[in-house]
Amino acid sequence: MEVDIAGDLMTLNMGPQHPSTHGVLRLELKTDGEVVHEAIPHIGYLHRCFEKHAENVDYPGVIPFTDRMDYVASMNNNLGYALTVEKLMGIQVNNRVRCIRIIMAELNRIASHLLAAGTYGIDMGSYTPFLHCFRDREKILDLFEETCGARLLYNYNWVGGLMYDIPTGFEDKVVDFLDYFEPQVDNLNRLLSYNYIFIKRTANVGIVPPDVAVSYGMTGPNLRGSGVKWDVRKDEPYLGYEEFDFDVPVGLGDHGPVGSCFDRYIVRIKEVKESCKIVRQAVKKLTPGDVHESLPKRVKPPAGEVYMRTECPRGELGYYIVSDGSLKPYRVKVKSPCFTAMSAFTEISRGAMISDIVAIVGSIDIVLGEIDR
Amino acid sequence: MDSIRWLLKQVLNFEKLPELLQIFLPMLASCVIILAFVNVLGMFLVWLERKVSAHMQDRLGPMYVGGWHGWAQSIADGIKLLLKEDIVPAAADPLLFKMAPVVVFLGAFAAFVVLPFGEYSIAADLNIGILYVLAVSSLSVVGILMGGWASNNKYALYGGMRSAAQIVSYEIPSAMALMTVVMLVGSLSMQEIVTAQKGGIHHWFIVRNPFTFIAFFIYFTCSLAEVNRTPFDIPEAESELVAGYHTEYCGMRFAFFMLAEYASMFVVACVATTLFLGGWSQVLPGKPWIPGPVLFTLKALVLVFVQMWLRWSLPRLRVDQLMHMCWKVMLPISLVLVLGVGLMQVI
Repeated sequence: MEVDIAGDLMTLNMGPQHPSTHGVLRLELKTDGEVVHEAIPHIGYLHRCFEKHAENVDYPGVIPFTDRMDYVASMNNNLGYALTVEKLMGIQVNNRVRCIRIIMAELNRIASHLLAAGTYGIDMGSYTPFLHCFRDREKILDLFEETCGARLLYNYNWVGGLMYDIPTGFEDKVVDFLDYFEPQVDNLNRLLSYNYIFIKRTANVGIVPPDVAVSYGMTGPNLRGSGVKWDVRKDEPYLGYEEFDFDVPVGLGDHGPVGSCFDRYIVRIKEVKESCKIVRQAVKKLTPGDVHESLPKRVKPPAGEVYMRTECPRGELGYYIVSDGSLKPYRVKVKSPCFTAMSAFTEISRGAMISDIVAIVGSIDIVLGEIDR
Repeated sequence: MDSIRWLLKQVLNFEKLPELLQIFLPMLASCVIILAFVNVLGMFLVWLERKVSAHMQDRLGPMYVGGWHGWAQSIADGIKLLLKEDIVPAAADPLLFKMAPVVVFLGAFAAFVVLPFGEYSIAADLNIGILYVLAVSSLSVVGILMGGWASNNKYALYGGMRSAAQIVSYEIPSAMALMTVVMLVGSLSMQEIVTAQKGGIHHWFIVRNPFTFIAFFIYFTCSLAEVNRTPFDIPEAESELVAGYHTEYCGMRFAFFMLAEYASMFVVACVATTLFLGGWSQVLPGKPWIPGPVLFTLKALVLVFVQMWLRWSLPRLRVDQLMHMCWKVMLPISLVLVLGVGLMQVI
């Protein structure tokens, strides 16, 4: 007689209201005890019709909508869109605008990675690093507030220039912040990154081999965590990133196979340090100039289409814009880094435990605002 | 209880009372005292935890209620929880759901009976003191399982199951660690264990014997797992299971779970104090200059502080890692300790 001892799988619905789905992600977990046989992500709870909105407003009017995609890295979203339209119109910006844009983008990258690292700490059950990260992120937001009045959704990078010039004494404040902040990264490493339990929890979990990462189109720290050295800032420079001296950190597999959750996490921490280096150089390169110099009176690009990608904190953010020569874009399509990373989720999480699911979701650092748009 | 009986004799015409009352009145009085103490202690520890965590995280924590550093915050929270609507989910098992918080609290509360706060301040010096503590504190597992099951919520069920597995496993090494001291003293009575350590810090078991020194750390680690504290807070794992076994609870029932958690934190700290840190005995040899109960509470609070300190600095282990640590690390070490102490006794 044959006895079937395999029990039923229990479906556990994680989200959209769950503390560690980083927004309104819903995961359908087919569980056998603590082991997850299949994890199916359901997205779309934060869909706001960005692309349709973009077809109904003029070119500068799209910028506030881009803010709301990846709402923890709005500067970078603005930047990508502004650069794309500038490429379509053939606008060249002066050195001051370039440097300010780089300072803002990199500060924003630091803020975004701090949020990612802090919330990852919470996912792993450690609450204190989160508040330490937010304390430092707050200082960056103060700098942004001084510049453009907003703390989260900036609308700062305009097509052809910037909203405002930076206030007097801003450079010194940025340098002061970096002097304060760089030792804090080491503190965070001592408290969380190299904690024995933290490494145990993350180093052998959620492994993405390089070929899988490439085939799913993962980008940014997720791709670099798998050991693939690809950074748009280095390999396809824009804004004059080629003049800056910085490294592209990749996952080394210090504590386990390459491409684990730990690698993706530690790449972000290392990137924060690289961003500090870039900001310091950009502050030195800052020359006087008018940030409104090349601002067009009316943004009316010629008919045609353009694609441009930039390195956002979460990966490559691509804008594809089709212009019919009118004041409104005919089509704005966004290639979202979080969406491609999320597409690999089922593959990564097969056979993981429930605790590992949380670790994997945290390590690919998704923002649902960008996935759903 | 003897001191309470003595106190009652002073204020009441004790000998004239019916015999039944003579037995039950001191019992009732001790229960009321312990209950009041547990409640105040729970509120104090909640406040302390919030303050400790806040200062570790560059915050201030409660600052307004009551004036001085928000000392009345817990009272305000308690009143709020009392006034909240009492919700029992429609699909829950009502009887078990309502009983679970009481059972959990009972486990924590009953252990206070044998805690030796001072030479005369002990409700009942049972001759099986430690065994009793171990027995009644495992009662809370039953309550947690009941709560997890009765809530009819998958997260609560996971929490309850994890908790049962964890607490049952960790009781073995922690009991083994306690056995080392029991073997040295030759008694399970709490008072006798304290008496064996009288005469200053060098008589405490934590420094007197290399095996008990290690046993202290084994017990302390296991006790963290028994009271579901980080790095072993897997049953309530906020980021995984929302709130674990008490996901569906609110209002006063939730408060009971919280109170039980803080009370059992204090209980395990007290047990560690009694067995390894000399209980109410003085730090320095010679004339006693701090009252025993005060000293005992202070020692226990230091351990409670360490529990909080660990909670706010460490991440959480995974279920399989937790079990690995219990069965393959803690248990062998504690067995070696028991063996070592046994051999020492023989030689």
